[in-house]
Amino acid sequence: MRSGFFVRKIKLIQRLICMNKIVEKYKLSENVCKFIVEAPMIAKSRKPGNFVILRVGDKGERIPLTIVDSDIEKGTITLIVQNVGASSRKLCQLGAGEFITDMVGPLGKATHIYKAGTILALGGGVGVAPLFPIVKAFKEAGNRVITILAARNKDLVILENEMRQWSDEVIVMTDDGSSGRKGLVTEGAEEVIKREKVDECVAIGPAIMMKFCALLTKKYDVPTQVSLNTIMVDGTGMCGACRVTVNGETKFTCIDGPEFNAHQIDFDELLQRMRAYKNEEDQARNKK
Amino acid sequence: MTEYTEMLNRERNAEWRVALRNSVPNKERIAIERVKMTEVEPHERIKSQTCEVNRGLKAEQAQREASRCMDCVTPTCVEGCPVSINIPKFVKQIEAGKFLDAAVTLKEFSALPAVCGRVCPQEKQCELKCFYQQKMQKEPVAIGYLERFAADYERLSGKIQIPKVEARNGIKVAAIGSGPSSLSFAGDMIKFGYEVTVFEALHEIGGVLKYGIPEFRLPNSVVDVELENLKEMGVTFEKNFVVGRTASFDDLKELGYKAFFVGSGAGLPNFMNIPGENLNGVMSSNEYLTRVNLMYANQSDSDTPVMLGKRVAVIGGGNTAMDAVRTSKRLGAERSIIIYRRSLEEMPARLEEIKHAQEEGIEFMNLANPVEYLADAGGRVAKVRLQRMKLGEPDASGRRRPVAIEGDIVEIEVDLVIVAIGVSPNPLIPASLAGLKMSRYGTIEVNEETMQSSIPEIFAGGDIVRGGATVILAMGDGRRAAASMHRYLQEKYKKPTGK
Ligand SMILES: Cc1cc2nc3c(=O)[nH]c(=O)nc-3n(C[C@H](O)[C@H](O)[C@H](O)COP(=O)(O)OP(=O)(O)OC[C@H]3O[C@@H](n4cnc5c(N)ncnc54)[C@H](O)[C@@H]3O)c2cc1C
Ligand SMILES: Cc1cc2nc3c(=O)[nH]c(=O)nc-3n(C[C@H](O)[C@H](O)[C@H](O)COP(=O)(O)OP(=O)(O)OC[C@H]3O[C@@H](n4cnc5c(N)ncnc54)[C@H](O)[C@@H]3O)c2cc1C
Ligand code: SF4
Ligand code: SF4
Ligand code: FES
Repeated sequence: MRSGFFVRKIKLIQRLICMNKIVEKYKLSENVCKFIVEAPMIAKSRKPGNFVILRVGDKGERIPLTIVDSDIEKGTITLIVQNVGASSRKLCQLGAGEFITDMVGPLGKATHIYKAGTILALGGGVGVAPLFPIVKAFKEAGNRVITILAARNKDLVILENEMRQWSDEVIVMTDDGSSGRKGLVTEGAEEVIKREKVDECVAIGPAIMMKFCALLTKKYDVPTQVSLNTIMVDGTGMCGACRVTVNGETKFTCIDGPEFNAHQIDFDELLQRMRAYKNEEDQARNKK
Repeated sequence: MTEYTEMLNRERNAEWRVALRNSVPNKERIAIERVKMTEVEPHERIKSQTCEVNRGLKAEQAQREASRCMDCVTPTCVEGCPVSINIPKFVKQIEAGKFLDAAVTLKEFSALPAVCGRVCPQEKQCELKCFYQQKMQKEPVAIGYLERFAADYERLSGKIQIPKVEARNGIKVAAIGSGPSSLSFAGDMIKFGYEVTVFEALHEIGGVLKYGIPEFRLPNSVVDVELENLKEMGVTFEKNFVVGRTASFDDLKELGYKAFFVGSGAGLPNFMNIPGENLNGVMSSNEYLTRVNLMYANQSDSDTPVMLGKRVAVIGGGNTAMDAVRTSKRLGAERSIIIYRRSLEEMPARLEEIKHAQEEGIEFMNLANPVEYLADAGGRVAKVRLQRMKLGEPDASGRRRPVAIEGDIVEIEVDLVIVAIGVSPNPLIPASLAGLKMSRYGTIEVNEETMQSSIPEIFAGGDIVRGGATVILAMGDGRRAAASMHRYLQEKYKKPTGK
């Protein structure tokens, strides 16, 4: 015998898993969009640091995006995407009411959140998006959080208000000085480290930025986590496209990461590997 | 005499079998030559990733080949088949022209005969044990071709018999992964009356059958028909769902699932850990084949890129290596080279794949093992350094162990390297299930007869248990797990089935 309620509950869940409906869409800057997507199972299971892999269209590419936030009640997750190439553009072209073809997650290891004392959070470009859930979680765990947001110019600074809500201090830095202070993220970081004791640093942004942040914090002996945005295909450990050398050993970013001890990463190899499909990507971008 | 051999005997004594056997003297049967599979010409077939090389047998060819089989008193061929298909019965049904009946016979034993007929290593299984091979040093009956013929005939006839299913009993069970082990598990459980959901991490159903084995060997349409049948029987498929991540086992239990079959495969690619292995242009066969077979990276309207190479080296000697190297040829490589540390005779790939590869102009560098990859100025792989090997004493597996020839190192120019040296079990499931007993190789430990793990409601089979096997073994595991899970659940939830 089966209860009607039970069956209804299952049907509901089953219907919901495969929804991926975009309920809201915002433009955060010229090239950055924010999406609120219906995905109740993922909303419920996800932890800070986790990501999803999604696909737009039948011949779409599988691309990884960090889960920036979630609302368990509403069954939604927040994604923030920068339009950098063919696949991110396809996603940015979708509007509220439309569906993401496939979306799977939450993937990757969750960030190790604990009461460390003072956290220095460094975000560069769209790396501010994956940084947000980590900042929020560290704050909620009772830490003092200092956040530095870096971007090329004023228009590219994202999530400033949200970050202020969850940080004790926010420093904005732009390459051209059009917002906040002029200079690189590493300059701001160095000042903070000199000014007060930092117990842990988290840096997320372009690989080159993370490389220089790692060099800096190594100099001052501040433990540092970075979240790597390697090339990925499946995100479940099946292909090895996301390999990275950590402490001399090959690791898979999707299942062993995406966060690693910044001081152990072979950044030069990482930078090289991220350019692997440069020609093909350029072609794809110019094709459409 | 076991129950099974008794059954074989009883069926062998059926009137029509006796009559058929006596209709042609064995001497005449023996004189017939083994059928040759019609194949697309090598220069034609290497133009397309999706053109199936083997075209199948025509009805007359199949019947003639079937008439070679002597319907042995002791059909040793059956012993060679991991799921003990009643080979003489289905072969004789083909000889008698009862093609649809032959398909039904196959389906009693195998959930995916059209697949196994194409990808089983027959020369090491059923055909190895055929009387012709064993006692007469003659080419065995082409059991694989015939199996494929019967299954294809049924599919193309449009008269596929959807097996009868019992009335729903309201008990929910889940299969994790959608490879052959889970598919055969799901097929049996739905027949027994359970509510079956198959959860798959990727956006396509089929496991290795879809993302690994290329279409020139196993067309997707063949797999899709089987999937359609399962759907028609009532199996639910959930794609984009990683069990242990999207939902935990406890979440699923809360949703009412009473037992689980883990068929999550051995998805983690092995690397050799030699210098230069993380250079651009060096990748796993899983990455290469997934980009092409699952993401259609070779087609112009696909968003997923794949690296192309003019000189492609594939490391390894198994089916995966053959699939990768033949794929590279189809994607336009000028030189496609297999690099394998033992000799041609020791290669684990199916014989037919090696033959097809040779016909397609694949080069074989045997007794060589990479020790280092060297990059060009742009950071892409440009050369591989190879250690030459010779064969030494036999190892535990009985194969002669390759040993390095001191100082004999050669370099060859390459611009794409595909590493196909095997896979390890995917750690996602074990990592999410405290208390599940694992072997030191990372496989799930099960009772070999019941496929039950250390957690009573969890059963497992296929590559996650065997660490890398074959489609037919995975399928056999799924069926055995279904049978014992059925017993287990009937014990546990004895209640009226609502008839
Ligand atoms: C775990 C993980 C989490 C991620 N989270 C986010 C996220 O929350 N938001 C987001 O926008 N992106 C995120 N990314 C990066 C995102 O997946 C890529 O930007 C996306 O795959 C690009 O696809 P595309 O086809 O649009 O661009 P492509 O055509 O693949 O790339 C276009 C160009 O952009 C460059 N590029 C690619 N990725 C990046 C990058 N991350 N930063 C700077 N330049 C890049 C490439 O080198 C190339 O030149 C994440 C990546 C990983 C691995
Ligand atoms: C390229 C290649 C060629 C081969 N050629 C042959 C051949 O010619 N003949 C032969 O007999 N065998 C061949 N094999 C081997 C054969 O394919 C495998 O032994 C067989 O597919 C194993 O089946 P399986 O059911 O264990 O799972 P798989 O086919 O490995 O499928 C497992 C599935 O589970 C999914 N999964 C994993 N974890 C989770 C999770 N947590 N939640 C949800 N889903 C999950 C995976 O995404 C995958 O789709 C080949 C293998 C490869 C890779
Ligand atoms: S399933 Fe495989 S081993 Fe068994 S009879 Fe068919 S081809 Fe032979
Ligand atoms: S052993 Fe060979 S000849 Fe004998 S029954 Fe089997 S297939 Fe036929
Ligand atoms: S993305 Fe394929 S293994 Fe990590």
